[in-house]
Amino acid sequence: MSEIAAILSVEGLGVRLPAGADRAYALTDVSLSVASNEILCIVGESGSGKSMMANAVMRLLPNEVRIEGGRMLFEGCDLCAAPEAEMRRLRGAEIAMIFQEPMTALNPLRTIGDQIAEVFSVHTDLSRAEITGRVLALLADVRIPDPNGAAKAYPHELSGGQRQRAMIAMALALDPKLLIADEPTTALDVTTQAQILKLIRELQGRRKAAVMFITHDFGVVAEIADRVVVMQQGRIVEQGPAAQVLDNPQHAYTRQLIAAVPPLTAPAPRRLSQEDILTISGISKTYRSGGFLGRGVRITRAVKDVSLKLPKGATLGIVGESGSGKSTLARCLVRLIDPDAGSIMLLGRDFVTMPRARLREETRHIQMVFQDPFASLNPRHKAAELVAQGPIVHGTPRATALAEAKELFALVGLDPSAADRFPHEFSGGQRQRIGLARALALKPAVLVADEPVSALDVSVQAQVLKLLADLRTRLGLSIVFITHDLRVAAQICDLVAVMKDGAIVEHGLAGEVFANPQHAYTQALLASVPGGAFARQHATEPA
Amino acid sequence: MRILSLAGRRLAASIPTLFLILIGVFLLLQFAPGDTVDAMMAQMGGGDAATAQALRHFYGLDLSIPVQLGNYLWRLVRLDLGFSAIYGKPVATVILERLPPTLLLMTSALSFAFFFGLVFGVIAARGVNKWPDTLISTLGLICYATPSFWFGLMAIVVFSIYLQWLPPGGFEDIGNVQTGIWHVLDIARHLILPALTLGLIFLAIYLRIMRASMLEVLNLDYVRTARAKGLDETGVIIRHVLRNALLPMVTLIGLQAGTMLGGSVVVESVFSLPGLGRLAYESVVQRDLNTLLGIVFVSALLVIAVNFIVDLIYARLDPRISVES
Amino acid sequence: MDAIKRYFRSPAAVAGLILLLVVIAMAISASFLYPRDPLALAGRPLLWPFSNPHFPLGTDNSGRDIAAQIFHGARISLLIGGVATAIAILIGIVVGAFAGFYGGWVDNVLMRITEAFQTLPNFLLLLVLVAVFGSTLTTVTIAVGVVSWPAPARLTRAEFLSLRNREFVQAGRTLGMKDLQLILGEILPNALPPVIVYASVVMAVAILLESALAFLHLSDPNVASWGNLIGLGRDVLRVQWYVSAIPGVAILVTVLAVSLVGQGLNDALNPRLKRR
Repeated sequence: MSEIAAILSVEGLGVRLPAGADRAYALTDVSLSVASNEILCIVGESGSGKSMMANAVMRLLPNEVRIEGGRMLFEGCDLCAAPEAEMRRLRGAEIAMIFQEPMTALNPLRTIGDQIAEVFSVHTDLSRAEITGRVLALLADVRIPDPNGAAKAYPHELSGGQRQRAMIAMALALDPKLLIADEPTTALDVTTQAQILKLIRELQGRRKAAVMFITHDFGVVAEIADRVVVMQQGRIVEQGPAAQVLDNPQHAYTRQLIAAVPPLTAPAPRRLSQEDILTISGISKTYRSGGFLGRGVRITRAVKDVSLKLPKGATLGIVGESGSGKSTLARCLVRLIDPDAGSIMLLGRDFVTMPRARLREETRHIQMVFQDPFASLNPRHKAAELVAQGPIVHGTPRATALAEAKELFALVGLDPSAADRFPHEFSGGQRQRIGLARALALKPAVLVADEPVSALDVSVQAQVLKLLADLRTRLGLSIVFITHDLRVAAQICDLVAVMKDGAIVEHGLAGEVFANPQHAYTQALLASVPGGAFARQHATEPA
Repeated sequence: MRILSLAGRRLAASIPTLFLILIGVFLLLQFAPGDTVDAMMAQMGGGDAATAQALRHFYGLDLSIPVQLGNYLWRLVRLDLGFSAIYGKPVATVILERLPPTLLLMTSALSFAFFFGLVFGVIAARGVNKWPDTLISTLGLICYATPSFWFGLMAIVVFSIYLQWLPPGGFEDIGNVQTGIWHVLDIARHLILPALTLGLIFLAIYLRIMRASMLEVLNLDYVRTARAKGLDETGVIIRHVLRNALLPMVTLIGLQAGTMLGGSVVVESVFSLPGLGRLAYESVVQRDLNTLLGIVFVSALLVIAVNFIVDLIYARLDPRISVES
Repeated sequence: MDAIKRYFRSPAAVAGLILLLVVIAMAISASFLYPRDPLALAGRPLLWPFSNPHFPLGTDNSGRDIAAQIFHGARISLLIGGVATAIAILIGIVVGAFAGFYGGWVDNVLMRITEAFQTLPNFLLLLVLVAVFGSTLTTVTIAVGVVSWPAPARLTRAEFLSLRNREFVQAGRTLGMKDLQLILGEILPNALPPVIVYASVVMAVAILLESALAFLHLSDPNVASWGNLIGLGRDVLRVQWYVSAIPGVAILVTVLAVSLVGQGLNDALNPRLKRR
């Protein structure tokens, strides 16, 4: 790593935002460099300006956003001042980019092969036949199953991981010197994420390309970075070789980010009650869709004969990737979906067979916290009303309910006087707290939390998890915690159940499952967590 | 083949809709004051109650309503639309005579509106917020707000009366019947103003939709990907934006088919074209309820046919459709 | 509120509002400025505009004051437009809400009916209704309303379909709310704005539909409608084209005003979607 010349050298870059944005500059005085044959990770939370950085290098900023000051030297040419024709020559050929959402980043009306071939037709003079050959070679390179079929397929016919592989093939078509990857694995499943990260590292090593990898996850940094740049609010707060920054973070923000990455080992097990408050037995849910007069019906078995027990005061984590059926199961628990078979025993009553009218009253005993902080609160009601809705529906007089709502605000760590504001005036983390307050308003025995922190920034995640743990002890809550992120589950769950394709493949005490996974899938899941090695090592240090 | 089966399924689903329309309108017409026999008698210059009774019995109008409805539907399935008392011919014949001018008018108006709506929509979207966009959008809005019949009249004043470039009405030169290519050109000359008039409102609608659709697509992620590959702006628009932005336009053709047919009633009246629309108007005025019902049937068929074709085209353009059931 | 400020920032929206207020002013002041029956004979037929100070806009074939008919016609257009729109929106919201919320067979049945109304060209249906029920002001207004409800219904249904699976609605269900409570209290306040904005489109179309009917002499002949006047002017189109031209301009201005106001409202209430 001695005197490898920098492929890209950014000096004092500034990017101005239009009037009305939440700050004046997206990027202020940013200086960094990427050398060939190295992976530079730019790490930051939402609003740090890391995506803006990527767009600035490509000169693909939105219309009203402008570069103001600084230079970006790419092989001697200043990208800030280069004419548009020159930039077009570089894009796709010398500097390539892969994006976060593979579904929307590909044109749904054209085949994969077509879109990859476009890179060749724009920048080279190769014949049709030659291009086709190269496209197939690229697809084989990125290990897409059945390259021939994939080339003729449309984006919606491939899975998320395959689409991302196709995008990588498209980006590497002309062997660019610099590859910019803007959160390419964030939208993927954990196991797929691990594969794509491995692929990127392998291809980078083989072609000796420079990679600028943008992410919000320090686990990913630990997994693949050679050097790290940490950004906050548009400025660089720390940068250096990966090992150095991870082991010896200098800046307070860096330390905060690293500390917020949940370690993979479970905390010391608590004593669990002998009594079970919630017993789930043999829950199944099958979906039938499509078909015409009974032919060609698609059968999806979302939940297959699931049985679990939740001890009083404990937290049961249900972990699975997308399509595992965990969300369907969660919704069956609160009867938003009616299961086809099985029983849910809570406080001596079976919630599955209960008639609708009685269910409306009994539902107060099992409440839900939802995933999306933006969609789970009705934008037209004030926060206090939202929290008070439940008790009011169940007969509490309005004034009392509103007063109780204010108390709940304090309980979840929000300012009670803010209760008269509308949801859009709160941040994501604060909205989740309101959702929590709403669920607690009916004093339920069981709380079902459906991915409550997945949509939040890492540092905010940690706060909300701490709040949940706090409330758990204070109110004696029993929680069913649904998540796709093993690290989050390790933080807060006493018991863990792993779900795949609608069935539970393994369950037990959290500590045991993490330390000693029995099922192959659990083992694969644990191995796929990015930065697993780093997390395990990091966990042995005091928090 | 899958495309055909999908569109075919939609077609099959329209059959109950068709029956719903026919039954609904038939029952509605039972409430009308005076029926076909009254109209016939008025034509004959009066008659006594006995004649009326005999006529009603002959035409089966004295049977109970459900029976009449059943008879009517049964005849309809055999494509027998009944007899027009006013014209003295089977309704089917009358309608078939009047169908070609309407179809010609509608296709030319649609082509005009679609093509220019597309072109101007693209131009407006390219120059968003600058003067081409403001000009085009304003003109589009004014076209939308203009009553079609009034525009037709004013067009006649300007082009037929003052400038004398185009004929003020009619389908062809009656006094001077031409043949072959001259006949075609003559009809074309007569159709210019009507097609322009009918197409004007739809031009405004297509313009607005194309512009909005283009702006929407230009903000999508895959356009950014195309730019990141080094495509220039024209390449981006032609290869990635146009086809995707076209989809809502195609859907719109299907949705607007009925409205266009309705608009032809007024345009044909203004320009004295011997089409289906004017026939509908005359049937209402002359109380020829059989013909009116026949026109309703044919119009509904026309709209369903147009929607079927639109479904085929849409499925051809959008590969995602074949997957959904 | 921000929405009102945003509205006034658009020159087109402001212009539309001004035009609309002018038309409303014309309608209100009609009885003061032209207290006599506008369809009564007033002077010599076919006087050109500005030729006689008593008749600034001239007279029509029967010698009736065109300016009086324009002012009184504003009343008719706004009345029919407003009431028909209200009818259409009301029916549309009810049908769309139930179809979108309950889905299943309720949705199927309601959508078949909506489709039936949309497959039949709406002007044809209008003709049928007028043939059956006659051409009084009341019947024409109701007929126009009845012909216009499918589009608001589809819009409402689409909104309900997308909103009923939103998490805040699901939250309401877990809190124990009943169906009607969810429809009226949770979903409707969020579904209403686009439908209300769409009302301007419905009104524009309603005014155009009624004037087309009047032009064909199928609307109420006893009221001073703009369409009526255009129809009359057709007979004297060759020379006295102004008889048809003037009321057409009035229709154009009114529909333009309504459309601009609707667009302005849409941009003001949905700032995110304004891709300018």
